[in-house]
Amino acid sequence: MVDIVRRYPGQLAKPAFQRRAGMRQFVRRRTTIAFLMCLPLIVIVAGLIIYPALYSIFLATLNKAQTRFLGLGNFSYLLSRDTFWMVIEQSAIFALTAVFFKALIGLVTAHLVNNLPSKGQRKWRGMLLVPWVIPLALSTLGWWWLFDPTHSAFNWLIRGFGGTDVPWLSDPYWARFSVILVNVWYGAPFFLIMYLAALKSVPEQLYEAAQIDGANAWQRFLHITLPMMQNIIAITVLFSLIVTFANFDIVQIMTAGGPRNMTHVFATYAFLLGIRSGDLPLGAAVSLFMFPILAVSAVFILRGVRKRGREIG
Amino acid sequence: MADVALRDVVKRFDEVEAVRNISLNIPDSEFVVLVGPSGCGKSTTLRMIAGLEEVTEGEILIGGNVVNDVPPKDRDIAMVFQNYALYPHMTVFENMSFGLRLRRTPKAEIRARVEQAAKILDITELLDRRPKQLSGGQRQRVAMGRAIVRNPKVFLFDEPLSNLDAKLRVQMRTEIKRVHQKVKTTTVYVTHDQVEAMTLADRVVVMNGGRIEQIGRPHDLYHRPKTHFVAGFIGSPAMNFLPARLQPNGEALMLRLSPELAFPVPPAHAARYRPSVGKDLIFGLRPEHITEPRGEERDPRYEFSMTVDVIEPMGMETMVFFTVHGKEVCARVEPTAAKPPGQPIRLYANLNHMHLIDPATESVL
Repeated sequence: MVDIVRRYPGQLAKPAFQRRAGMRQFVRRRTTIAFLMCLPLIVIVAGLIIYPALYSIFLATLNKAQTRFLGLGNFSYLLSRDTFWMVIEQSAIFALTAVFFKALIGLVTAHLVNNLPSKGQRKWRGMLLVPWVIPLALSTLGWWWLFDPTHSAFNWLIRGFGGTDVPWLSDPYWARFSVILVNVWYGAPFFLIMYLAALKSVPEQLYEAAQIDGANAWQRFLHITLPMMQNIIAITVLFSLIVTFANFDIVQIMTAGGPRNMTHVFATYAFLLGIRSGDLPLGAAVSLFMFPILAVSAVFILRGVRKRGREIG
Repeated sequence: MADVALRDVVKRFDEVEAVRNISLNIPDSEFVVLVGPSGCGKSTTLRMIAGLEEVTEGEILIGGNVVNDVPPKDRDIAMVFQNYALYPHMTVFENMSFGLRLRRTPKAEIRARVEQAAKILDITELLDRRPKQLSGGQRQRVAMGRAIVRNPKVFLFDEPLSNLDAKLRVQMRTEIKRVHQKVKTTTVYVTHDQVEAMTLADRVVVMNGGRIEQIGRPHDLYHRPKTHFVAGFIGSPAMNFLPARLQPNGEALMLRLSPELAFPVPPAHAARYRPSVGKDLIFGLRPEHITEPRGEERDPRYEFSMTVDVIEPMGMETMVFFTVHGKEVCARVEPTAAKPPGQPIRLYANLNHMHLIDPATESVL
């Protein structure tokens, strides 16, 4: 459909009835209809994402009382604080470790489920998706009870085997381990379902051709499955990296950033400074630190995805 | 290179018997084509030779060794698939060298072998491209290159030309034949296209319903089919079939096709057909044996007149369709002899090439 309207030099302005017809034509255009249909979503995105994002940038440049413009003052203050550097380190460890294990477990289980006979596959798929379907706050509370130092099921089991109690949430390193474990438990099914779909889209004949070419099971995985899934892996890792970096619920419910701020991630630290301590501009500055890190990784990952997409088709 | 043998091979998928007790010997260097309609078991047979399907019963031998339990990678075979199955993330060079790289062949040798195969197939300039950047014909060549480069004992082709357009199919057919003449590797080729089978094969194996109907050289299958199915399947346009009855006519025999149409059986066939006198039979005659009356020495008893239903001009010749006792019959006449639909045409049936089929056994008498 062509949406170009040309007016040539010397052409007179159209009379009213012609303008009305032109208006009707404009409203009937497919691009106009498409835009009008998307408008509610655009308004919601603008109201709930773009406006708060721009407002938080503005907020991050103000003092605590929001009365004075500080420029990059909040950012330089944060960078001078050891706690903030620990939050950066902890966020990176949390996100990278959790995403790595989610991807690995997702890949292995996707392979296992894919190799199940088709009759039993649906049942297993459903069961393995349960962690992802349960409301996160609810399941995290369940984990919190499991990690309880005195009444927890885990410590009861360890004691049963003759071991000593593990301070799951009170020791900084065990607490880090625990929040990562829960994040992996929650997020792995998403990888499973994405990888399972990707596995099913690899043509069976490629495996047969590789088999005839002399590839064993591991070589088929290395030379056929992995390259064919590369784009899905990249996109799921990127998506999960964004979501995990911005994770709030698990850490907040299980440790609230403690002990000794050792499990804080960007979101919980921003909440601590902005809401709990009442310094909204500083909290906004913390949350804005995530943006360049994720934007840079998104650019690189998506560039790779586009390149492979062009090559493989 | 090696010979291939199938001994009483059966393949069942649950309750369905896809291949029923077939035996076949393919000597070293031979080009054998398995041909038949969809679902006849030809691809399953090929996949069993490749090791991609397990054999339910019987034995498959390659180079004299039973390979039933040998995985595909250890059978030293190469296969070209219908949709080529090229690895989309690899270049043509990487596709062709994949098998050699897995076998840890020295790099210099890999390069030499790939380049030699590329030269044979005229794809040297495509080695750095990816499959997506190739046309259907080029992909087909690369798939063949991947097979050639390994120098396997046996080539297996699974309907490799089905995805190509008609013109390219003819070109690639010649290409495959040329490559086989050069490398002389034992080849098993599966197709549903009988023209492909006839043009490529040293021997054709016609399959139907999981069984082998007939094995023979293309010329033998065409001129001496053993069953009703083979007679009808081989040849394009297909052989004409009409219900018939043999009647004694003194020392000779008469072949009655309809109340109005009857021909004397040529003396050379009379003795063979005499035991079938009085039985319901099927008469078969190829379109090229029903022509306009030609030559001076023709026997006028085989001339007859019919009304033309449809004509199909092919350029070199014209197909003329007419009806005998409710059955459609095709004749192949010179373009100048063809008459428009509705007009009578004088034709000549060369019964020296006739076939009679017993409908009870479906075998050619």
